[in-house]
Amino acid sequence: MLTETLLSGEFEPPSAADFQFAPIFGDSILFSKPVFLVALSVILIASFFIISARKAAVVPSRLQFAGEGVYSFVRNSIGQDVIGPEFMRFVPFLFTLFTFVLCNNLFGIIPFLQFPSMSRIGFPIALAIFTYVVYHYVGIKHHGLKKYVKDICFMPGVPKWIYIILTPVEFATYFIVRPATLSLRLFANMFAGHLLLLVFTMGGEHLLASTILMKILSIFSFGFAIGLTFFEFGIECLQAYIFTLLTALYIAGALADEH
Amino acid sequence: MTGTMAIVGFGLSTIGPGVATGLVFAAYINGIARQPEARGLLQPIAFLGFALAEALALIGLVLAFVLK
Repeated sequence: MLTETLLSGEFEPPSAADFQFAPIFGDSILFSKPVFLVALSVILIASFFIISARKAAVVPSRLQFAGEGVYSFVRNSIGQDVIGPEFMRFVPFLFTLFTFVLCNNLFGIIPFLQFPSMSRIGFPIALAIFTYVVYHYVGIKHHGLKKYVKDICFMPGVPKWIYIILTPVEFATYFIVRPATLSLRLFANMFAGHLLLLVFTMGGEHLLASTILMKILSIFSFGFAIGLTFFEFGIECLQAYIFTLLTALYIAGALADEH
Repeated sequence: MTGTMAIVGFGLSTIGPGVATGLVFAAYINGIARQPEARGLLQPIAFLGFALAEALALIGLVLAFVLK
């Protein structure tokens, strides 16, 4: 067929196997690339904010301005605007979530690293468990256990017969669906983004190894990969923002008194 | 014609989120058109709605790869 004459060999499309890494040393999965990337992100974030807060002046230097910009973004537009009066005690948690997810996402497009560690499902699940524990604990502490569960299952202000369908849906939402979709959203976005970049880059490489006509076409493939890198940058920042915003919304919902 | 049912399933699962994204941003554009000062207020809501709608499409994509 035409493809056999123009292309050299079978193209092996990227799949879920491209997300699994052999351990660098030792045998345990704890010493593989995603774990090292997460550890690196912790070091980077900590050193960035420690250095930017050192010698804090009233007229800030550029680094201090950048650090304060990120902090005030999370504190004001995610913490204060969403949670309301008691927002300050949640700002450390929200700020940590935001910077951790953002830094790990950005590793997906940084050269030589080029793997978003949030595309391994374990990391988003761990973060979603943190959020889950926090918003339930906050709700139980604020309302008391009985009133909290009762308000979730039997929402006040609706006719009694609706409880037949509303209670299972509400219970499933608060206790099962929310942490699941929180982690799956982040994981799926990073997985799909990395997969897209892999398709166009590996496809471009495969075209480059074929006949001259395919070599010319590979320019488009690589160009698309570059364009998608910029798009992926936007998606990565957006997903960090969405994760933190939804955490803040769940906390605000647990603290709400209108029920 | 060869292929897998997983890809067909993923294709079908993008109909809903595609329509939802269009609706969200249509409302956002309408809101800015009526009142341009509301742009800063509406922007977080628009992005939140978009991310919630897109989550389902991406879950479909991931499942298409995982459950071959």
